[in-house]
Amino acid sequence: MKTESIIGAAVPRKEGLDKVTGRAQYVDDIVLPGMIYGATVRSTIARGKIRKITFGDGVPWHEFVIVTAKDIPGTNCVSLITDDQPCLADDTVNHPEEPILLLAHPNRHSLPKVVDAVTIEYDPLPAVFTLEDSERAAEIIWGQDNIFKRFLVEKGDVDSIWEKADYIVEGEYRTGAQEQLYIENNGMIASFDKERGITVWGSLQCPYYVHKALMKLCNLPKERVRVVQTETGGAFGGKEDYPSIIAGHAALLAIKSGKPVKIVYDRMEDMVATTKRHPSRTRHRTAVSRDGKILGGDIEFVVDGGAYATLSSVVLSRGTIHAAGPYYWPNIRIRASAVATNAPPHGAFRGFGAPQSLFAMERHMDRIAAIVGISPVEIRRRNFLKTGKTTATEQTIHEPIDLDKLLDRALELSDYRAKKQRFRKENEGSTYKKGIGIASFLHGAGFTGSGERYLASVVGVEGCADGRVRVLVSSTEFGQGTKTVLCQIAAETLGLAYDDVEIAQADTGEVPNSGPTVASRTVMIVGKLVRSAAQGIQQTLISSGYLSQGYSREEFRKACANYVAEHGTFKSWSQYEPPAGIFWDDEKYRGEAYAAYTWAVYIAEVTVDLTSYSVTIDDFVALQEIGKVLHPVLARGQIIGGVAQGIGFALFEKVAWRNGRMQNGQMTNYIMPTSADLPPIRVYFEELGNEHGAFGAKGIGELPIDGPAPAVVNAIEDALGVRFDSIPLLPEDIFEALAVRPQSEGQARTRQEVS
Amino acid sequence: MSHSPCEISLTVNGEQKTVCAYPMERLLDVLRQLGLTGAKEGCGEGECGSCAVLLNGDLVTSCLVPVAQARNANIVTIEGLAKNEELHALQKAFLDCGGAQCGICTPGIIMAACHLLNSKPQPTMEDIKESLAGNLCRCTGYAQICEAVAQAALRFPLLATTAGNGAPDRNRA
Ligand code: FES
Ligand code: FES
Repeated sequence: MKTESIIGAAVPRKEGLDKVTGRAQYVDDIVLPGMIYGATVRSTIARGKIRKITFGDGVPWHEFVIVTAKDIPGTNCVSLITDDQPCLADDTVNHPEEPILLLAHPNRHSLPKVVDAVTIEYDPLPAVFTLEDSERAAEIIWGQDNIFKRFLVEKGDVDSIWEKADYIVEGEYRTGAQEQLYIENNGMIASFDKERGITVWGSLQCPYYVHKALMKLCNLPKERVRVVQTETGGAFGGKEDYPSIIAGHAALLAIKSGKPVKIVYDRMEDMVATTKRHPSRTRHRTAVSRDGKILGGDIEFVVDGGAYATLSSVVLSRGTIHAAGPYYWPNIRIRASAVATNAPPHGAFRGFGAPQSLFAMERHMDRIAAIVGISPVEIRRRNFLKTGKTTATEQTIHEPIDLDKLLDRALELSDYRAKKQRFRKENEGSTYKKGIGIASFLHGAGFTGSGERYLASVVGVEGCADGRVRVLVSSTEFGQGTKTVLCQIAAETLGLAYDDVEIAQADTGEVPNSGPTVASRTVMIVGKLVRSAAQGIQQTLISSGYLSQGYSREEFRKACANYVAEHGTFKSWSQYEPPAGIFWDDEKYRGEAYAAYTWAVYIAEVTVDLTSYSVTIDDFVALQEIGKVLHPVLARGQIIGGVAQGIGFALFEKVAWRNGRMQNGQMTNYIMPTSADLPPIRVYFEELGNEHGAFGAKGIGELPIDGPAPAVVNAIEDALGVRFDSIPLLPEDIFEALAVRPQSEGQARTRQEVS
Repeated sequence: MSHSPCEISLTVNGEQKTVCAYPMERLLDVLRQLGLTGAKEGCGEGECGSCAVLLNGDLVTSCLVPVAQARNANIVTIEGLAKNEELHALQKAFLDCGGAQCGICTPGIIMAACHLLNSKPQPTMEDIKESLAGNLCRCTGYAQICEAVAQAALRFPLLATTAGNGAPDRNRA
């Protein structure tokens, strides 16, 4: 067996060469013979009954394929968790930009004008646009009470703690919608054949989600639906559920026209019509002892789900569990709800509810520190979860985590103490105010609770005729490095070279359902299954006498080739089984919420310019414990990219809403960070392993977006002495707070009761 | 503005091409119809830089350039950088440094970097950050992209900056 390790080595990205040469084929780069182009006619109002559809004069309508809800062969819904969302609105619309009618034509450029030539008249109904209006329920727009989902987590006896508290600290925190803003817009190609059924190719994260949705929509059995992922130009959760809609639209047009149909959104359509991060409001009420120990608390977490249920219940679930942060709460109650509004449904975005509730938690920790009169460092230290302690859901932490050490190292790396002192001195009399802020946080890897058990993912490894092996998974590559790390895992397991392992395209016609590529589950859950499927190949070769222990790479390849020559197809499968001792109660929301957590301390250093009210981040330290770094370059890239998005979430990215519709659906007026806007992001890892993941790895995709927003806003408070509890925090907000609000209010202990 | 298609000649990656196109058609669409799909449409309004190509050595966002403006011009796209399968120094550095994640911004960013190294073979980190500020990347947070550009510049400090077709001749690694 070879000795050097492939795990932990910076091997070349599997699809890297195609990407740097421009050869990689994204959906819009693919043209099928006879292909025509589709477009979508959407609602212009937030809520109402469709009264009349008029096809305007001057358009040769006979040249166009036209599809309405009446053309749907199966059920008119986008099948996901709750089947409440129609694929095409039939008589009612529930949000702006809801798809109503589809058009297709051979000339792509003729479509925008023709979309405008369709007029839809409505009888409008009253609409709901804010969390508060939805909660008030004066107008019911979904179900009985506008609530998609509620969760209640209870530990200990919260009601008894208030009288024991030395301080009761309250706060309310808000986060805005955030657009995923992958640079490749959503797009899909569909083709239909009576025998083979429907095939779609497109930009997507979860082939089997699309597969399930198409079966129901087109009324086809599973073997007559095939979903193929094309190279995907970024996703971040934004291509988790929405691709099922576009795939459905392209499929309906393909079925009706008998021709392949491509639908690719332009930037504006993608921004205004597709999903975003859920806006949120979190309220904390915390009982604290004189020495800064949390005695217990009440957390209320509410997210705005938009008009249909889509993924809101699962986003809410993750946000709920992460709301307690990496702290020990002897008593806690978390009440959470996802409510409906008449906006396009909000969906998955990296972090999936956790960045929202952790923003609140980490701002609130600084608030508690200020009121108790200890430092942000001390308040965290006194309340950290420790090995052996239980989380809010009463999961005992078995991992050997030491958050104190993590914090110490981050303080040292950022030179926190010296800077804190220096800034205090230098800020006096200066129009540049400097500050430094901390966020400590955690992120659960894999699906929440029983999620992985229900998914029961399957992974395959195939031994090929040339002696190489192929990984068969539906896990998708959209920049994170899925293909590369799964091949590393297989190669390391089998003692092969990295180049001896290939990975199949994510094509439901060929790969098993290894679950969706979400929730930071790929390296931990799928990676572990790849390892055991690869071991299956190895065991077969050894037990059937083709190979003996201690083999060389060449011997393996020869044995594998011989096996295939003599027996034909050679595949090994592995299916997820929940580890022993994992218990989760879906009713009470109690138990082992996640098999493993990643842990982090981030520290941001900022300067606020009091003439322009702009914020510059001068330094950013991102320190995290992730089990095992499988690929140093990719891992660092994930962290820096996530931090950049987190900084955008905090300081740049504001969706301007009017009547449920995004008004700034362009890159000119929805601003994400450029290379000139970002600080040096210094990334450090701790590796303590993880028995549940391949080679000790945990997921890292989402962790880095949880911490930047609170770290940056905590730093801004440190610089200015003014509280900001809502993001995005733009220069105009800072201006308003400084110029309009009295200077002292930030320090005021307004809603605090001191006993 | 003319509304009928006409013949337009241009040089793309060193090859003479004649296309039949409406004068106001976007250079981006014309290139993609030629099968050169490396340049991408991220926004269609000059904001993201994913459609960037070199036009007579200048960096342009091809979604904003009417093809008539490219008449007789020298165009270099991402497909023109590697010479006979030998990667350009920037392409190699992007592979080494993790400069491409999802890869959709990569062709445009490499062209922008190419343009920078043409005019400034030894850029500072600040130069690099500034010259790439017109290219949006949502995946990387830019650090590994900037490191890749710096590495390419460092590895090939003495190479001539401009070849005949407007592409810097830095690919003799
Ligand atoms: S597509 Fe040309 S700049 Fe975005
Ligand atoms: S690598 Fe994905 S946008 Fe840049």
